[in-house]
Amino acid sequence: MYEGVVQDLIDELGRLPGVGPKSAQRIAFHLLQADSEDVRRLAQAMLEVKERVRFCTVCGNVAEDAECRICQDPRRDTAVLCVVEEPKDIVAVERTREYRGRYHVLGGAISPIDGVGPDDLRIKELLGRLADGTVRELIIATDPNLEGEATATYLARLIAPMGVAVSRLASGLPVGGDLEYADEVTLGRAFEGRRRLDVP
Amino acid sequence: MSLYRVEGVVLRTHKLGEADRIVTLLTRDQGRIRAVAKGVRRTASRIGARLEPFGHVDAQLYTGRTLDGVTQVETIAAYGASLAADYPRWTAGQAMLETAERLTPEEGTPARQQFLLLVGGLRALVAGEHAAPLVLDAYLLRSLAVAGWAPTFTDCARCGAPGPHTAFHLASGGVLCAACRQPGSAAPAAASLELMAALLSGDWAVAAASEERARREASGLVAAYLSWHLERGLRSLPLVDRSG
Ligand SMILES: [Zn+2]
Repeated sequence: MYEGVVQDLIDELGRLPGVGPKSAQRIAFHLLQADSEDVRRLAQAMLEVKERVRFCTVCGNVAEDAECRICQDPRRDTAVLCVVEEPKDIVAVERTREYRGRYHVLGGAISPIDGVGPDDLRIKELLGRLADGTVRELIIATDPNLEGEATATYLARLIAPMGVAVSRLASGLPVGGDLEYADEVTLGRAFEGRRRLDVP
Repeated sequence: MSLYRVEGVVLRTHKLGEADRIVTLLTRDQGRIRAVAKGVRRTASRIGARLEPFGHVDAQLYTGRTLDGVTQVETIAAYGASLAADYPRWTAGQAMLETAERLTPEEGTPARQQFLLLVGGLRALVAGEHAAPLVLDAYLLRSLAVAGWAPTFTDCARCGAPGPHTAFHLASGGVLCAACRQPGSAAPAAASLELMAALLSGDWAVAAASEERARREASGLVAAYLSWHLERGLRSLPLVDRSG
């Protein structure tokens, strides 16, 4: 344990995802020895992101206005919607340059063992967006793991009766992996080869 | 660094850092254990796919400083993919995994019966011969029985007077005769008690012939009985989709 403020900083850093106690200590001492101006810029960036960035009221992506850049872009196809778990997955799909439609961020995947059910995700908002019939195709790009698959199964069962074509990214993505780590070529191919989900 | 092998079922996985996962396994010989699988979220390594929940695997582990690590994995049976394609069955399976975890509270304490029960339960769930909610409730009752909390559905749980009895009391562990009856007892339908007895003993002919009403009441009582024995209820149980 260290003196007051140093320990406070270590504790705060340790709460960040992927930062263990050792790393938290290393980062804290790095900051202590760094140039004041560098630290001020970091702190400013952190504050600004909380003040200026919100979540898009339409799709749930990160946005600096009420709506994100993609939802505001008139060149994006409104008939196709790609469903992802997190905003960072949008970045991964955009990198492929294969996709010209819009997005919907669920905020995670269904995982009953973790207490996450359909009502904990932005599924009601998704149904709201499908209500007026503009969207003709829904591409489910949840992570290529079991929670992602089961979420796709749930959505297909819910949405296919609404007359919207529901498809899932083709296999070829590393199973058990995170979508954000899929390379552009593999992810692009998965988009091209997406398969229609048949509802039993 | 010493290596050892385990046979087990993956109960759950947690993300760790940027690319790793912590995997919780219920093993045949060592009970519930946790191990780290390095790099599985980032690479095309097949280990990640094999270590998904519901995977019945033969794994090689190495002893680590804090957590042991996984070096190799062979799949014995993968139930996950077929369950994930059937939402009601998948949610029932999730409740089975959580139950297996909660009823093996001590890491590293052998729990062979719980392991065998889980493998059998998952097999039955995937086989699809019986309705998923029945498979789940049968598994929950037997898992409780293995944990030492076998409920009684015929003879009085207190004095052993032969049944049938009508009062069902969670804290007493089953039905009570008129003399032993406790305040706060439930009075379920005879058909519901009969169904629960059939599920516990594996009498599938009786279970299959049961009516929806009895199934619903039995599910409610099983869930209440399970919650009474665990300090907090299962997170997955309220999310089980019983429409399938
Ligand atoms: Zn948006």
